[in-house]
Amino acid sequence: MAVCIAVIAKENYPLYIRSTPTENELKFHYMVHTSLDVVDEKISAMGKALVDQRELYLGLLYPTEDYKVYGYVTNSKVKFVMVVDSSNTALRDNEIRSMFRKLHNSYTDVMCNPFYNPGDRIQSRAFENMVTSMMIQVC
Amino acid sequence: MEGLTLSDAEQKYYSDLFSYCDIESTKKVVVNGRVLELFRAAQLPNDVVLQIMELCGATRLGYFGRSQFYIALKLVAVAQSGFPLRVESINTVKDLPLPRFVASKNEQESRHATSYSSDSENQGSYSGVIPPPPGRGQVKKGPGSHDAVQPRPAADQQEPASPVVSPQQSPPTSPHTWRKHNRHPSGGNSERPLAGPGPFWSPFGDTQSGSSAGDAVWSGQSPPPPQENWVSFADTPPTSTLLTMHPASVQDQTTVRTVASATTANEIRRQSSSYDDPWKITDEQRQYYVNQFKTIQPDLNGFIPGSAAKEFFTKSKLPILELSHIWELSDFDKDGALTLDEFCAAFHLVVARKNGYDLPEKLPESLMPKLIDLEDSADVGDQPGEVGYSGSPAEAPPSKSPSMPSLNQTWPELNQSSEDTAIVHPVPIRMTPSKIHMQEMELKRTSSDHTNPTSPLLVKTSDLSEENKINSSVKFPSGNTVADGYSSSDSFPSDPEQIGSNVTRQRSHSGTSPDNTAPPPPPPRPQPSHSRSSSLDMNRTFAVTTGQQQTGAVAHPPAVPPRPQPSQAPGPSVHRPVDADGLITHTSTSPQQIPEQPNFADFSQFEVFAASNVTEEQDGEAEKHPEVLPTEKASDPATSLRIAQADGKIEEKTAASVPANVSKGTTPLAPPPKPVRRRLKSEDELRPDVDEHTQKTGVLAAVLASQPSIPRSVGKDKKAIQASIRRNKETNTVLARLNSELQQQLKDVLEERISLEVQLEQLRPFSHL
Repeated sequence: MAVCIAVIAKENYPLYIRSTPTENELKFHYMVHTSLDVVDEKISAMGKALVDQRELYLGLLYPTEDYKVYGYVTNSKVKFVMVVDSSNTALRDNEIRSMFRKLHNSYTDVMCNPFYNPGDRIQSRAFENMVTSMMIQVC
Repeated sequence: MEGLTLSDAEQKYYSDLFSYCDIESTKKVVVNGRVLELFRAAQLPNDVVLQIMELCGATRLGYFGRSQFYIALKLVAVAQSGFPLRVESINTVKDLPLPRFVASKNEQESRHATSYSSDSENQGSYSGVIPPPPGRGQVKKGPGSHDAVQPRPAADQQEPASPVVSPQQSPPTSPHTWRKHNRHPSGGNSERPLAGPGPFWSPFGDTQSGSSAGDAVWSGQSPPPPQENWVSFADTPPTSTLLTMHPASVQDQTTVRTVASATTANEIRRQSSSYDDPWKITDEQRQYYVNQFKTIQPDLNGFIPGSAAKEFFTKSKLPILELSHIWELSDFDKDGALTLDEFCAAFHLVVARKNGYDLPEKLPESLMPKLIDLEDSADVGDQPGEVGYSGSPAEAPPSKSPSMPSLNQTWPELNQSSEDTAIVHPVPIRMTPSKIHMQEMELKRTSSDHTNPTSPLLVKTSDLSEENKINSSVKFPSGNTVADGYSSSDSFPSDPEQIGSNVTRQRSHSGTSPDNTAPPPPPPRPQPSHSRSSSLDMNRTFAVTTGQQQTGAVAHPPAVPPRPQPSQAPGPSVHRPVDADGLITHTSTSPQQIPEQPNFADFSQFEVFAASNVTEEQDGEAEKHPEVLPTEKASDPATSLRIAQADGKIEEKTAASVPANVSKGTTPLAPPPKPVRRRLKSEDELRPDVDEHTQKTGVLAAVLASQPSIPRSVGKDKKAIQASIRRNKETNTVLARLNSELQQQLKDVLEERISLEVQLEQLRPFSHL
């Protein structure tokens, strides 16, 4: 259901970005890039320590006429950005949260791999499988 | 590599080619030289040939087993058709023409139009060899020609042990056979645990060198152990240099040889054993892995940290990406460290990858750390240490299971305790708001104990405690403890109990809780208990009192229009005996009224009693009262009510002189709390003891006999009504509070439900994957 999923590192460079290839992927890249500003704004607005999971989930960052962009930030300032199609029967907030939770779990698994150097692009097959499942989504 | 599916024609062709190459008549492996010649005859460039050999697994094994050979042939066909040489293409490319080998067979010559390769010598040698095959070559003639079957059996007889026969004869099983057999090469073939990491790693370098046709490769490797592998159908002698992984297949091979008719059964058996698992770890391998593990981590039950493992596996010179993938597969519990099981799995995968096998997407079952006892293969004994690790990844689930039984145990305990205590303990009740609530709870409990063992109270209190509403939860358990010393209430604050009560709540929510939580208000009235005791009372009272009290009853209609208090709806039945005692002669209306207004009945009785007290001598009353008082503890609700009223009256009397009717009128107002309290209290006391009913009824009868007429009671009824109104209001507030709390619980439960649904949806895609 997600159209594009991106993992952005703390320094705001992408660790992983993937979108459904139907559309111009560049557009999604731009959307993700612009959403980073919104994410930073939300983070600074929060102020206090981001401990609670609710605070990790940023919610709807901004909507466009076709898409909605959701954000999620971890305690280490790694950001997950998800673009979903607006025409999709509105996904419930809980669903988006669960998707981010899955992303976070998979990202943690990637991190645990000693062969993964933080800062590298994420090439884990398990991670990709999980993202694929989220993008193709429920049958 | 995946299994190989061959058409009938392909099978015949391949088997013939195999036999052709099998000049040593080993029936299991073909001579490399002959195979090489054959491949060169296929007119493929050398690098393609090399690639084919690598893909089919011969480079790993150092020889051509039947399955390797077949795969190689298929790959030749693929290459000749112009498709890219990939492992997947073996099965994906449909309608592949049979591979063409120049001059290998007469029919092939006729088929292929390409010119000869430069191997004219080979051709010569081939032609020399051809004659025997032609017999089979004819067989291979056309894909559709089955007349080949006859020469086939002939050829088969030449090779009686050739398992090829059986598949041919039993086409349905053959594809499976081949597929499975070919799976062996596709499975992992691990390098034999050689002496040390040095020689261990070096062959890898050799295999990867991709040197000329395989000779260098094959020569570079030490003789392998007996081949048990592969294609288990072949009892090839141990010519392979690499490790095999199927110890069990050897026996199968011998059996296969025996009878053609039995081959199918053997095939099946072989299939089952060979199907077992290319990823299985043999004993030697395992031992080697364990030794390697010890070099890093002496404690076999310990972990290898990620960094150490990274260094170790980096020595294998595999690309980091692949090592990363191997790690993902083998670190089952995702903790960044490797247990012995995980280490062996990782090592095995590395070995397999080194030997050219593609890494699986998912960890093969035989490599999975033994969480639960699913191991059923022969390797169970090989992995004794796994039992110790069984808990590691599965810590979460097993931890839950022990907790659950404990929860289950606590839950019935709560019930029993509550029930026991409910029945046994008298309940001191004070009419304070919180206490009223407690009373309600107790009443509910008591009533529910009778009605429903799953005590809505338990549910409710558990809910409250779980939701961390300290206020409410503290109130109730404390109230409970104060009220009746329920052991269950003591347990509520504890976490396991809360979890248990969570369980109970969930359970109760599943089916009964809505029913239980919704209706608490009605049951809270003491009357349910009253009803029970009242039934007893009725039995006794009616039995006893009918004779005695009729006279007195006739004398008094006092009764009153029992105006029912809402909280005492069931009470009527309770009071009925009371009324019946004193008011048997009441018209039918009064008994009917009584059910509606039990409280008023109480008060009427009270008033009557008061009146009677007034009329009677105080001494007599005093005598009766003390008499009555001790018996107050008895279970008779009705009588105790009156007794309570009498008590109130007594207090009144003691306080003042004989009150006039006016004062009597007022008295009901003053003591209403007390009588109510006593009444409520007595409800609990009532049940257990019934023997004193007769005494009370007798007393009551006497009392009632002297009760005033109806008009006086009517006058007092107004005050009684007001008192009851006050009581009702109190009850209302209590119930309203209960309602709000329950609403909150409901919201929380709904939230939980939503989250569970989300989780369910979360898991659903995985089920589809």
